[in-house]
Amino acid sequence: MDWLSMKQWSPYAVGVGIGILSWFTFLLSDKPIGCSTAFARTSGMIERLFRGSKAVERPYYVKFAPTVDWEWMLVIGVIVGSFLSAKLSGQFQIQWIPGQWSALFGSAFLPRWLVALIGGIIMGFGARWAGGCTSGHGISGTLQLAVSSWLAAICFFIGGIGTAMAIVTFLAV
Amino acid sequence: MLTHFHAQKKAQLVLGLIMGVIFGFLLQKGGVTNYDVIIGQLLLTDFTVIKIMLSAVITGMIGVHFLRSFGLAQLHPKPGSLGASVIGGLIFGIGFGMLGYCPGTVVGAVGQGYLDALFGGIGGALIGAGIFAALFPRLEASVLHRGDFGELTLPQLLKVNPWAVVVPAAMAIAALLVIFEKVGL
Repeated sequence: MDWLSMKQWSPYAVGVGIGILSWFTFLLSDKPIGCSTAFARTSGMIERLFRGSKAVERPYYVKFAPTVDWEWMLVIGVIVGSFLSAKLSGQFQIQWIPGQWSALFGSAFLPRWLVALIGGIIMGFGARWAGGCTSGHGISGTLQLAVSSWLAAICFFIGGIGTAMAIVTFLAV
Repeated sequence: MLTHFHAQKKAQLVLGLIMGVIFGFLLQKGGVTNYDVIIGQLLLTDFTVIKIMLSAVITGMIGVHFLRSFGLAQLHPKPGSLGASVIGGLIFGIGFGMLGYCPGTVVGAVGQGYLDALFGGIGGALIGAGIFAALFPRLEASVLHRGDFGELTLPQLLKVNPWAVVVPAAMAIAALLVIFEKVGL
């Protein structure tokens, strides 16, 4: 079982594994793999905590009810699965700043946190605008040959590559 | 199709969790729960993300279309429009490039102990989804349905049998991956 404790697998093994997993999500659960709808449901749950049932009347939460569903459980599973994999390979560690970030922008946490937070807000907003993320559109939608997903996935990378390159060009120390 | 099993709510929640564990395990083993690997892809120095995505797409595409041909699965293409898919995709990309994780990998990054993913990424993505929910009625009335094409798939667009797209698409993606390896990406 050495392969379970390996630090990294071939990207092709991982990709084929995710592809096979998607056969089973379609067969057994009638669902494509996706992650970003769970964020919308969770933000609805949080808003309900503060504003009560008024929050749930928002048309978006009528469409995507703030409840625990299959995909929400999938996202919880991702935390567990990643934790297990990292533990088995001895890679689990509390880390405040990614190595590459420190190398490019310095090792202070505040700038990293701010950029991650703002980036997270824009990404979470954009995922709902596009109706999916790198999993739901980028893998599950493209494999179904959905026009919306191919367009969105290409735009994810155009925006991502442009932004990452601009940040490194103008802000790296 | 296993319609009866699909309707068993509790079993499906457990199955969702199990499939998520496998998905998270694979993402971590692929290295894509690391900022360094994702930002490397966006800076075009490390092609791990694209290799994983494209090999998942080939494998998934062929298998899911087989299941569909045998009546064991149905497709769920997401509806889209130029206003939603293109503009939303570009907005997502900007955030993706800043954060260096996507909604699935940011969750995986938390699982391996990365706190920028927890406090920045997940916190931000929840706020972003909340802002979208608040603005949704106005966006829906203005931009989200511009150039609407609905739940369209490429085979429907081209008016051909799905396999007439699956086979060439799989071959084209495989060729692209071979080229990546040949040029040492």
